[in-house]
Amino acid sequence: MNTLLSVATLFLMLGLGLLLTRALIGPTLYDRVLAVNSFGTKIVLLLGLLGFVMGRPDFLDIALLYALINFVSTIAILKFFRYRSFQVSLARKTDAGGEG
Amino acid sequence: MIETVLQFLGDTAPIVGAVLAVAGAFFTLVGTIGVLRFPDFYTRLHGASVTDTAGASLLIIGMALMAPHWLVATKLAAIWLFLFLTSPTATHAIANAAYVAGLQPRTGPGARSSEDGEAT
Repeated sequence: MNTLLSVATLFLMLGLGLLLTRALIGPTLYDRVLAVNSFGTKIVLLLGLLGFVMGRPDFLDIALLYALINFVSTIAILKFFRYRSFQVSLARKTDAGGEG
Repeated sequence: MIETVLQFLGDTAPIVGAVLAVAGAFFTLVGTIGVLRFPDFYTRLHGASVTDTAGASLLIIGMALMAPHWLVATKLAAIWLFLFLTSPTATHAIANAAYVAGLQPRTGPGARSSEDGEAT
């Protein structure tokens, strides 16, 4: 059973490497944001799996915290690159004001 | 009779969980290969988001079957619920941001010439 879990961990780490490659070579900004967001999700899963491999499921607390931070940071990054500022309300603009 | 069945279930649940975890990790790996190799931003987004929910669900169900205590399974359920809510939301936000910024999807069979449209 532990061997199977190690195989799963290896798969996840390979996927993390591929995502890092995409984040480094990504031609557009959004490719990089996508890669980093997906990287965060994989890190959450990897933390849980490592907790089981090492016999310390307390790692799940860290995984939960990482999932929360990952979502908020993705939205924050997207908002910053859209408005170039964090001081703008996220409410939908009217068309009269032009596209932000 | 019922005790032997319960005993059997308790013995096989971790093995089934480990197999499910390996399957989820495999799906995740396939999705990341898609993220690396698909030709267009939106197709890459598709590969990432689909496996983010399917692979993560399989992995978390597998880990929950291996959980030594019900508290661990509860934490895993919380993580699953959160991932299931936020992963499609983040994907939608990224796609919306890219589309608003003017990133054009690659369409048509002969769309080789247009390199990944750079957002302005």
